[in-house]
Amino acid sequence: MSILEIKNIRKSFGKNEVLKGIDLSLEKGNVLVIIGSSGSGKTTLLRCLNFLEIPDGGSIAVNGETLIDTNDSSTLTDKQIRKNRLHFGLVFQQFNLFPQYTVKDNITLAPKLALKSEAAEIKKANGSSAARDYKAKRLHEIDKKADELLQQVGLSDKAESYPCELSGGQQQRVAIARALAMEPDILCFDEPTSALDPELVGEVLKVLKSLAESGKTMVVVTHEMRFAREVADRVVFMSEGVLTEDGTPDEVFDHPKNERTKQFLQSIF
Amino acid sequence: MSQFVEQLPVVLSALNEGFVQTLKLFIVTLLGALPLGLIISFGSMSKFKPLSSFVKTFVWIVRGSPLMIQLLIIFYMPGIVFHNPVFGGGEEGRFAAACVAFVINYSCYFSEIFRGGIKSIPYGQQEAGEVLGLTKSQIFFRIKLLQVIKHVVPPMSNEIITLVKDTSLARIIAMQEIIWAGEAFLKGSHGIAGQVWPLFFTAVYYLAFNGILTIAFGKLEKKLNYYRG
Ligand SMILES: Nc1ncnc2c1ncn2[C@@H]1O[C@H](COP(=O)(O)OP(=O)(O)OP(=O)(O)O)[C@@H](O)[C@H]1O
Ligand SMILES: [Mg+2]
Repeated sequence: MSILEIKNIRKSFGKNEVLKGIDLSLEKGNVLVIIGSSGSGKTTLLRCLNFLEIPDGGSIAVNGETLIDTNDSSTLTDKQIRKNRLHFGLVFQQFNLFPQYTVKDNITLAPKLALKSEAAEIKKANGSSAARDYKAKRLHEIDKKADELLQQVGLSDKAESYPCELSGGQQQRVAIARALAMEPDILCFDEPTSALDPELVGEVLKVLKSLAESGKTMVVVTHEMRFAREVADRVVFMSEGVLTEDGTPDEVFDHPKNERTKQFLQSIF
Repeated sequence: MSQFVEQLPVVLSALNEGFVQTLKLFIVTLLGALPLGLIISFGSMSKFKPLSSFVKTFVWIVRGSPLMIQLLIIFYMPGIVFHNPVFGGGEEGRFAAACVAFVINYSCYFSEIFRGGIKSIPYGQQEAGEVLGLTKSQIFFRIKLLQVIKHVVPPMSNEIITLVKDTSLARIIAMQEIIWAGEAFLKGSHGIAGQVWPLFFTAVYYLAFNGILTIAFGKLEKKLNYYRG
């Protein structure tokens, strides 16, 4: 069974139809790279996966669980949307770290807030001492996990620094650790290196590569073709809201079938 | 000179009494107008058009007309127009009316400052919180609020220093604040009459108090400078 199954996703902004029926499925542990020219809808697709936009049509399922199906007329509640979001993580082009928190607090904020509501529910069901024990145990785990993640992205020595004290590459690595802390099934990246100085791109791509090797399922929008060729299990080409090419990196880069893909590849190489 | 030395303690004790009223009005206004200003700023940013238009019009009227007139309307209108003088004629009623007028007036000013502060937070902060599964209130209180506070402290401190001086407007409804207390020595009070220096001397109180506030806000600004962004 695929970890991700997207069927016929459509999204319009006013009269502008940005996604015109996207079908996509992804196997667990695979890295999917999305390429395509500016304005083709790549960001919008990632935003739909993370429920920052609600698709007008289509369905999204993760591990066989349908998160949204527009044929089913009921609209999603805020709570459902928040639950759906937890299947995905999103790393933004502009990092969007929380400036007032240290690196470590950036990473632990969301897990700790989630723990708060978990503990409240346990308190209701099993009393306050059970909730207290659970909370203490989980706080310890969250803390340990944050240390591991910092090590994974090579920033153990920056745990107590503030985002403003870090380079762009370091900030993006913190953003990756922050997304991983919520243990998403699928981690999405929207041009994670586009806002970086060229000499800082490598350190971020290295982290992405190590995540891929560790078996993380990822969807990456990028213009880094060398990275795509090296790390992607699959590459799709997006053009004006449809996927016009889908294959292994070798197939897409060396033997593109579609005329637009050829043009796009020529324009960037 | 000896007369001045004799009068000084009498004048100071009267001025102190007036300043307590000034201070009370100041504190009540802050306690009321800060939270109310935040609520009004939410109203003015509401996506529900009728609400945001209503709130914006209200803020425009309050900010566009003199606080002195607002004080007079709030204190006298219930009695004159509705024949129901809710505030009564005593010092307590005058103080209450002043509190109502000041809270309304200053919450409108504060709401504009809050609105600017909230708008200045990049939308990416909201979305970063959303994708991590945070609720709307968590995003506001845990991510945005401190950033908003950092942005609003400088304009807010200006406004609060203006408030200190504006409290003197309550004199118009004869609330017994420090200007009223100083003025009393012109006509005669505590056995002293025809003296103008107590009225001028009230300025020392305002200066001292604003000096303290300026230092405190400077410290707060410095404290919030532990991060940039
Ligand atoms: N919130 C929005 N409101 C209106 N139009 C939008 C919105 N978001 C995106 N669009 C439009 O949708 C289209 C696709 O945008 P999108 O950001 O998904 O493209 P993209 O493939 O990510 O491009 P790029 O490579 O430049 O990042 C564009 O025409 C854009 O103007
Ligand atoms: Mg984009």
